[in-house]
Amino acid sequence: MFGKLDWSAVPFSQPIPLITSIIVILVVLGVLGLVTAKGWWPYLWREWITTVDHKRIGIMYCLLGVVMLIRGFADAIMMRTQQAAAIGGPGYLPPEHYNQIFSAHGTIMIFFGAMPLVIGFMNFLVPLQLGVRDVAFPTFNSVSFWLTASGALLVNVSLFIGEFARTGWLPYPPLSEATYSPGVGVDYYLWAVQISGVGTLVTGINFVTTVLKMRCPGMSYMRMPMFTWTAFASSLIIVAVFPILTATLAMLTLDRYVGWHYFTNTAGGNPMMFMNLIWAWGHPEVYILVLPSFGIFSEIFSTFSGKPLFGYRSMVAATLFICIVSMMVWLHHFFTMGAGPAVNTFFGVASSVIAVGTGVKIYNWVFTMYGGRVRFEVPMLWSMGFIFTFIIGGLTGVLLAVPPADFLVHNSMFLVAHFHNVIVGGVVFALFAGLEFWFPKAFGFRLHAGLGKAAFWFAFIGFWVTFAPLYILGLMGMTRRLQHVIVPAWGFWLYVSVAGVAILIVGVILQVAQLVVSIRDREKLRDVTGDLWDGRSLEWATPSPPPFFNFAVLPNVEGEEPYWGIKLRAVETQQLSPEPKYEPIEMPVNSPVGFYTAFFATVFGFAMIWYIWWLAIVALVAAYAGFAWFAWRDVHEFEVPVEEVARVDRARRAAREVFLTQLSRQEVLP
Amino acid sequence: MLSRVRLKLVVLAAAALGLSACQGGVLDPLGPVGSDDATILIDATVIMLAIVIPTILLAFWMAWHYRASNSKAEYLPYWSYSGRIEAVVWSIPILTIMFIGGVIWIGSYKLDPFKPLPSKKTPLEVQVVSLDWKWLFIYPKEGIATVNQLVVPAGTPVHFSITSASVFNVFFVPRLGSMIYAMPGMVSQLYLQADRPAVMFGQSSHFSGDGFSDMQFQVRSVPDAQFGAWVQSAKATGMALDRAAYTRLARQSQNVKPYSYASVAPKLFDAVAMQQIPPGPGPEPGNSSHAGREVSRGGHD
Amino acid sequence: MSDMGLPASVGAIRRVREDPHRLGYRAHGSGEDVEGTGHGTTGPAHKRIIVGYGFWIFLLSDIVMFSCFFAAFAVQRGATAGGPSIGEIVDIRRVGFETAALLLSSYTCMLSFAATNKRNLLWTQIFLFVTGLLGLIFVLLELQEFIELAGKGITPQRSGMLTSFFGLVGLHGLHVTLGGVWLATMMAQVQIKGFRREIVHRLICFNLFWHALDIVWIGIFTIVYLMGSGA
Repeated sequence: MFGKLDWSAVPFSQPIPLITSIIVILVVLGVLGLVTAKGWWPYLWREWITTVDHKRIGIMYCLLGVVMLIRGFADAIMMRTQQAAAIGGPGYLPPEHYNQIFSAHGTIMIFFGAMPLVIGFMNFLVPLQLGVRDVAFPTFNSVSFWLTASGALLVNVSLFIGEFARTGWLPYPPLSEATYSPGVGVDYYLWAVQISGVGTLVTGINFVTTVLKMRCPGMSYMRMPMFTWTAFASSLIIVAVFPILTATLAMLTLDRYVGWHYFTNTAGGNPMMFMNLIWAWGHPEVYILVLPSFGIFSEIFSTFSGKPLFGYRSMVAATLFICIVSMMVWLHHFFTMGAGPAVNTFFGVASSVIAVGTGVKIYNWVFTMYGGRVRFEVPMLWSMGFIFTFIIGGLTGVLLAVPPADFLVHNSMFLVAHFHNVIVGGVVFALFAGLEFWFPKAFGFRLHAGLGKAAFWFAFIGFWVTFAPLYILGLMGMTRRLQHVIVPAWGFWLYVSVAGVAILIVGVILQVAQLVVSIRDREKLRDVTGDLWDGRSLEWATPSPPPFFNFAVLPNVEGEEPYWGIKLRAVETQQLSPEPKYEPIEMPVNSPVGFYTAFFATVFGFAMIWYIWWLAIVALVAAYAGFAWFAWRDVHEFEVPVEEVARVDRARRAAREVFLTQLSRQEVLP
Repeated sequence: MLSRVRLKLVVLAAAALGLSACQGGVLDPLGPVGSDDATILIDATVIMLAIVIPTILLAFWMAWHYRASNSKAEYLPYWSYSGRIEAVVWSIPILTIMFIGGVIWIGSYKLDPFKPLPSKKTPLEVQVVSLDWKWLFIYPKEGIATVNQLVVPAGTPVHFSITSASVFNVFFVPRLGSMIYAMPGMVSQLYLQADRPAVMFGQSSHFSGDGFSDMQFQVRSVPDAQFGAWVQSAKATGMALDRAAYTRLARQSQNVKPYSYASVAPKLFDAVAMQQIPPGPGPEPGNSSHAGREVSRGGHD
Repeated sequence: MSDMGLPASVGAIRRVREDPHRLGYRAHGSGEDVEGTGHGTTGPAHKRIIVGYGFWIFLLSDIVMFSCFFAAFAVQRGATAGGPSIGEIVDIRRVGFETAALLLSSYTCMLSFAATNKRNLLWTQIFLFVTGLLGLIFVLLELQEFIELAGKGITPQRSGMLTSFFGLVGLHGLHVTLGGVWLATMMAQVQIKGFRREIVHRLICFNLFWHALDIVWIGIFTIVYLMGSGA
């Protein structure tokens, strides 16, 4: 009746997961209870759960990502402290727990922390920057988000029902095959990642189509903002490589469930094939994360220097170059697997060649500041921190791309330090910079600057104190994923690293405090102009927050940096452009199909994990029925009446009149 | 004056700490492979630092000089392109990477793990099997085997043939240099050499399950005479590694103390590598190392 | 306006005549609405183009997924683990019938779309039905092949080669089956709702999907069956 599921799946005998589960369940119930008591369900259902508005979906993605980053960070705290506590002793986490924790840490950080945040930014910004009203497939967008949330839910359910994978964040066979991992852990991983992977693939298709086929009049490719270019390149990579992930995980699932032999130890299975397939996905995956991060920095460097981005065409070329070459380097993740010098040389050289594209970008950002008036607001602090941190991470990356050097430090703490260096320095710093930068646009008030600066410094210093020792440990020979440590000489650096974690904890607390304080003081921090930072791209032409239809009339773009041109002309002529002729606007209706599909996807995943076959079939049928019902609807769009459009836009123009007066009084524009 | 002394102390302390990192690890190599690998690592680092440090300094100088409060800096609000700068900006990474590419090419061929070391001495043959969760070392010519203990003669190249009897592992002795994967059904090859007598550790550098952290093994390089004596003493004591003993060994166990076998069944390594002896069985209900979680009734090997 | 369902190129020709300088921007008072193509500077494309384009991108991603299974087959083709080799299990004659059925179904699918362009409900449904029937024949023949092999003990659990064989061929068969389910749904929708804009868009997508499955099948019967029987 319930497959493999019985009461032994609940960790009654293990205090740490048990207590964590109880706390999480209480918090979730508390939130749900609060929402019910305040009667917020109709609002939430109507405005957020069934929304197809890219801005709201973007905000939900970011919220999911931030919560999961915190969960992943909690795992990280446990990992660092366990290693420091287990020098010559067992520590406080037995291997079967520690192994789940580091596997969950990586899985959550990449799939449910960084990816949702990056995709959230893409969602919020790309249609605004392109001057259009929404993405190509708004309802599919909602489906994507909810499928991602479904995967995140499944991973977190593994904390209190069953166990998580104990294989690392990529479940290499033969360890991940049923012979060596007979529990439900790897199955949790497989279904969570598979379901959310479908969501991500649909996002990629959505954004490729949006960028190629939906730009406002006048916006040729070479007039798109840099963030949109990088979002586009990232989406191209998603479309090209997420099917590889789907296929590979499906193969492993077939091996585990029905005894097939794709990657098994015997009978003609080929575990090396898994390595190749999974890294053919895995390496481009990190570029999916880092390219939009570069885009964020491009926007920030040019805005806060008061100048256009240096070498725009070069940046576009470098972006597309990185996009393509990123799919040609995957073997550098296993130089030590004995492919031979010819193969290793090819992939080593290709991996170094990517550094060319990245190097060009860094120099272009530096020269963007040349001749500028650099304002060190919080986003700019993160950007300078990124320059320092990411360049060093890139340096260690090139070292790892040299096979004989990699033969010494593959899979060591040196590697761990390298990839955290580039992911934290590149992606996480970008996300915080972007949050500071675009939060006012999304919510209408800015974040508290003082707390933001403090959070930055603690994060920056904390990062280096945590991870620099790991480089040294790697050079001392320490491999990764050790549950306990036998070499006493490693102890000192492990303690230093834990001190760094303490600093990072303060940074995270400050970041949360910044959010809380800013919400509390939102009236004082209100942004009424819609253009808080003297922006250069079209999202700053809208009010903060933008109306649900983004633009009353689609803008006409006449040059690079479309909004900058509009602003310049307004200041020169001392007036706004003439009031346009308003027309009714057609917008897509909300739809519950995303939530509904993901709900049954979660049920399906859970049923498959626990071998509850009847439930799996029911969930599949219900999901299909939901989709068919959705396909049967007669009303796809609703019309926004022309009076409503006019009212909203006239309010925007009134605010802009005030803003124009302010601008003219300062010597902001030359 | 006092602050300069304090600064010097800080620098010395940092250097001492940094140097301590060099002990016992990959930057403290004991043989030709390790030292070649380490040389390449250090050379590549220096090449990259030559680019990275000026770039970081340039970035911070640029940000500082053109800060908004600096009225002396020129404001060029429309300057966003310069062909000359573009040419330099593309050339620096390209040239650096061409250089590194050369290092990669030459180094990968020179340090191919499958390539024998130039030496007048005949290489010692050691066959390595990674198990859950210990290492088995077979000396086919000497007819002995050890678990979690590797003894090699100093100054003699050692030819490792490496396979796995369960999941992927990586055979790695940091002070001897290059590591390589141990894979079931396949034989990796590695040539290493210890130039001097020493005691060091080896480990698995690829996560292989619950007992992974215990897969460290002691490595001793000893003078030739001592090696011969050690082989004789191993032959005199210990059990035989026949198929039955091997099957017992292949079952999962953690934290195995080093010991040796007095004799080895002929062609045992080949049988393991070609999977004529099936791979290790993984967690078994009576031998489960995890806290009583369910055993899958689904697909299996 | 462009709901005529005409191919995109005719619309493009009209746009060039009406808007030679590609200004294309939404009216600020002129009342003349020139629809964009999505190319260059003319503004967002028509929904039909967007839907078709997005579905193309999805098909490309699906082909990437198939290529992973092709790669697995290429790698594991010889991994017979003492069991039967590929030459011993392929049945060219049956594959010939399967191919004929599938290729013919692509032809009838195209015919049904021609009828859709003419807004002829009867012939659309007839040709869609024949397409589904031919697809069903294909799937049944494939099932027959699998059942026969299983009866001889030749199952994917036997070896890596058989795993990748059943996986690749089975994945394609699964796509055809799901396509059949989609086909049935489309037939019902067309019958009840007629040739509404979204229905025609979905029929375009279905056509693309069905033809793409054909292309993948050509890859399969060449690489797996024809090359396998020569082995």
